Amino acid sequence: MTLARRILPCLDTDGERVVKGVHFEGLRDAGDPVGLAARYNAEGADELVVLDIAAARDNRPTFLKTIRRVAEQLNIPLTAGGGIRSLENARAVVRAGADKITVNTAAVERPELIGELSREFGAQAVVLAIDAKREGDFWQVRVRGGRAATTWNALDWGRRGVELGAGEILLTSVDRDGTQSGFDLALTAAISRGVSVPVIASGGAKLPQHFLEVFAEGVADAALAASIFHDQVQSIRALKLFLQANGVEVRLPC
Amino acid sequence: MIVTLIDYGAGNVTSVARVLRRLGAEVRATNQPEEITTAGCLILPGVGHCAALLGSLDAHGLRQPLFAALSRGTPFLGICLGLQALYQGSAEAPEMPGLGILAGRVDQLPQNVKLPHMGWNQLRAVRSVRLLEGIPPAAYFYFAHSYAAPSGGAETAALCMHGREFTAVLEHERIFGVQFHPEKSGAPGAKLLENFLRLAA
Repeated sequence: MTLARRILPCLDTDGERVVKGVHFEGLRDAGDPVGLAARYNAEGADELVVLDIAAARDNRPTFLKTIRRVAEQLNIPLTAGGGIRSLENARAVVRAGADKITVNTAAVERPELIGELSREFGAQAVVLAIDAKREGDFWQVRVRGGRAATTWNALDWGRRGVELGAGEILLTSVDRDGTQSGFDLALTAAISRGVSVPVIASGGAKLPQHFLEVFAEGVADAALAASIFHDQVQSIRALKLFLQANGVEVRLPC
Repeated sequence: MIVTLIDYGAGNVTSVARVLRRLGAEVRATNQPEEITTAGCLILPGVGHCAALLGSLDAHGLRQPLFAALSRGTPFLGICLGLQALYQGSAEAPEMPGLGILAGRVDQLPQNVKLPHMGWNQLRAVRSVRLLEGIPPAAYFYFAHSYAAPSGGAETAALCMHGREFTAVLEHERIFGVQFHPEKSGAPGAKLLENFLRLAA
């Protein structure tokens, strides 16, 4: 009996369609979220993450409809976020069928939001998304889709978020995102060792070896990727078989 | 089969109802005391903070009818916090009494492991478990919690381990409980709910 390391496909959406880009920019269409959700559910994904990366354009009703349609496909947990700025926003996302919510920019701007969400939904439902970029000898927290700098060091912000009530951290390397050159192992290990909650590593995945490294060296509890799964460069089942053969505890659906 | 789902405002009511309907059950979600009293089969889904669940049972006057239904043998399944609520109390809300159907208290898991216990884990049956019939022993189930029931009670049917052993499945006459989320646990979770519907019929 050991807690399995999790593999999480992520659907970045413009509210309605799955999109993809490099370094948070240059978006292009990558498919229908409902079809992808059904495929990942069947292939052995451990959870599904759906983000509204165009939330600034305020497409909320469309995104809520997408969450509802995706949730109907799943018998695994669903995490949703992007543009959640208030308890009201979060309630709508949970009512639409999300088990967990992610907060990012709004939590940096108003950290009390984390506590408000945690008291209402429980820490297990509050995922603090941190976009981190290396600046000399530390990682700086970035907001607004990775574009804007903050004064927070990623480790300090992660610890503060956990104190305030976050139950999980979704950690994205801005430097690696979209590059397919592997996860940022030093960043992931520093945050995962430095906080008491599970850490999901994100940004840079392509090869099965990258996942093995992020679980071993990066001590990640879960790993997230998007385009390699959408484009069928990597099947979730084959990835899990590779990890299992290399001594990583994973869930292979019976 | 009509299942009465106690809807105290928890986030997982919809997904539990969805799986039950797929299995052919008719689902009635309620927070009305009289509907609990007349129910033929009860499920208490729970997620979040224990105080929210117990506080809501009290606010809607559900504690007494639920206790009475359990005492006279109405088939019951508690999910996550719905399992924890069966005990005498929880360290998560020390000032609030639990339903007290089962002896013992719910405590926080040890802090030498990451909390919440979040993700997929396996079970170890300590005896033959009716809820797990037809499910491969190596199956994984989805957990998301930081507090857990004791492991040594007569009701304990299967254990899980995260920092310490805790009760993951309990069976006490017609009262059942699971610490994990069967509604989020893929095919094995659906099979477990199907088993409960059969046992409750």
